Amino acid sequence: MDLFANLALGFDVALTPFTLALAVAGCIIGTMVGSLPGLGPSNGVAILIPLTFSFGLDATEALVLMTSVYYGAMYGGRISSILLNIPGDEPAMMTCLDGYPMAKKGRAGDALVLSGVASFVGALLATIGLMLLSPLLARVAYLFGPAEYFALYMLAFATLGGIGSNNQAKAALAVCIGLGIATIGVDSTTGMTRFTGDNMHLFDGIDFLVAIVGLFAVSEVLVFIESHGKDSAIGVKLNKISIPWGDIMRTKWTMLKATAIGFIAGLLPGAGASLGSFLAYMQEKSSVRDNSEFGKGDPRGIAAPEAGNNAAAGGALVPMLTLGVPGSGTTAVLLALLMTLNITPGPTLFNDRPEVVWGLIASLLIANVVLLILNVPMVKMFSKVLQVPPAILLPGVTLVSFVGIFSLTGSYFDLLLMIGFGVLGYALRKMDIPSVPVILGILLGGHMEVNLRRAMVLSDGDWSYLFQSNISIGLWVVAILGFVAPFFLRSKLKVPTQST
Amino acid sequence: MTDRITGFLVVVLALAYFAGATTLSEPFFADPLGPKAFPMGVAFVAAVCGVVMLLKPDEEPAWPGLTTLLHIGYAVVALVLYAYGLKPLGFLVSTALVGTAISYLISPNVRTSVLTGIGMSVGLFLLFKFVFGLSLFAFPRWLMG
Repeated sequence: MDLFANLALGFDVALTPFTLALAVAGCIIGTMVGSLPGLGPSNGVAILIPLTFSFGLDATEALVLMTSVYYGAMYGGRISSILLNIPGDEPAMMTCLDGYPMAKKGRAGDALVLSGVASFVGALLATIGLMLLSPLLARVAYLFGPAEYFALYMLAFATLGGIGSNNQAKAALAVCIGLGIATIGVDSTTGMTRFTGDNMHLFDGIDFLVAIVGLFAVSEVLVFIESHGKDSAIGVKLNKISIPWGDIMRTKWTMLKATAIGFIAGLLPGAGASLGSFLAYMQEKSSVRDNSEFGKGDPRGIAAPEAGNNAAAGGALVPMLTLGVPGSGTTAVLLALLMTLNITPGPTLFNDRPEVVWGLIASLLIANVVLLILNVPMVKMFSKVLQVPPAILLPGVTLVSFVGIFSLTGSYFDLLLMIGFGVLGYALRKMDIPSVPVILGILLGGHMEVNLRRAMVLSDGDWSYLFQSNISIGLWVVAILGFVAPFFLRSKLKVPTQST
Repeated sequence: MTDRITGFLVVVLALAYFAGATTLSEPFFADPLGPKAFPMGVAFVAAVCGVVMLLKPDEEPAWPGLTTLLHIGYAVVALVLYAYGLKPLGFLVSTALVGTAISYLISPNVRTSVLTGIGMSVGLFLLFKFVFGLSLFAFPRWLMG
């Protein structure tokens, strides 16, 4: 069978000592980044991308390192949720609900091990899902023409705005900011410059890595200055680590169900891991007979969101690799990495660069095993990371971002631009305008416009061409539903609270 | 109020962006849509969003007090100076200075922040220079001769 030949190719790439070392390093860095409150997977990957270039990694190696960081951060996010009641990243929010109460009962170790195992189940099965589903979706993607791609981009922006935000107008505005920034520079169809104000530095457009590092990392530093790094004391004591076999066996169906839900949520372009953990938790809570312990430290309330968010992380890679449309903030950053490496994700990637795709998949399988070891027997080590005060950590983040961008572009103008994006990111956060759609707009804006214009060339200016094929009609319907549905569901989608 | 002001600004900026798009010259052999249409569409949607924010603002965000805003301002100034100072001052000095400043702004403790600044500067220099192989100037060039 094809699959095994491909997988063999993948392991051939992934099992070289250097790639293996990168995967392990990525897992360690990722778990650390994930466990630090405030530094989520998008931040971690964004700061490290410029460095992978200066390190001179080739495409596969860079991708292996970054996706290991990504998976690691998804695992690590739960550690501060459980020990501090502060989510290490957004998807880990749901893990606070039962993880912290369980830790307060003196079972912090059990909560960490159980959530680590749930993460493993979710991530491993999602990686297998990615392996089986991506080639199929890649085949469907061959049927995509400009009209379908345009509809797909609309779908990504609509679901991102609908599900990922509390205010559709603000999410749509964020998309427009991104798309507007993407139009700066040389217009690829006619070769003329647009919106550059005759500034030489802008002729090539704005480098999306500069925008990403500014919006994520620099704005994070400003947020920390505002809060003066409060809320960073260890909340509960971590007792001895032992494996709670009983809890694991009792939650095995919970984990499987949550994995399925999370994986599907991850597939939706733009929705991502937060939705995965949220839906997994809500589904578990509403489907069990006795849910009186939820919010007070129910093991199922820990297993479900962790399996869900890690499964979503794997699911989100499917649209990113096969269609070039990321399923979450972090996969958007990974897409930026691919584009900088001159790799165009999409169906052709599976034929043209099988070593990249299958090397990545094999590395993810290896990373999962490494992460299980790091996150169960060695979790105590990572809980120590939480004690690093922000006054030491955040200057490091700033400086690494600066040197990373400077080594990548060597331009003072880009450094200033990055600071500008940092200030913009801070203001956006304050006003509850999401910054992920801005990034996605910058990343996809060029493709979106080119596909729209190609469609118009093909149809000689007839707009109805955009709605002619079944695939595009389907995509438009999902896009509209994704944008409108949250209006009606919002009251049902309230985040529950701890009841202790 | 924040949302209303922002909404107003967004409408103004969107109009300016729209106006900018209309002045783009249309090449003779352009595609049916041309280089103007997409930016104009984006400007239109952005303006609609601005109007919605103006008419239906969310709750007022919790803006920090003046002192904290000033601190954030200092941090931004420090970063801009760092961008300009990186080459003339050399990596070690400029990085130590900005590291100290950011650390102090997060948690005002002179000892910790100076140690953080110096430690970061030396540690990152060694890391970038010898592990990543970047060409960084440790000291100002006029000192190195």
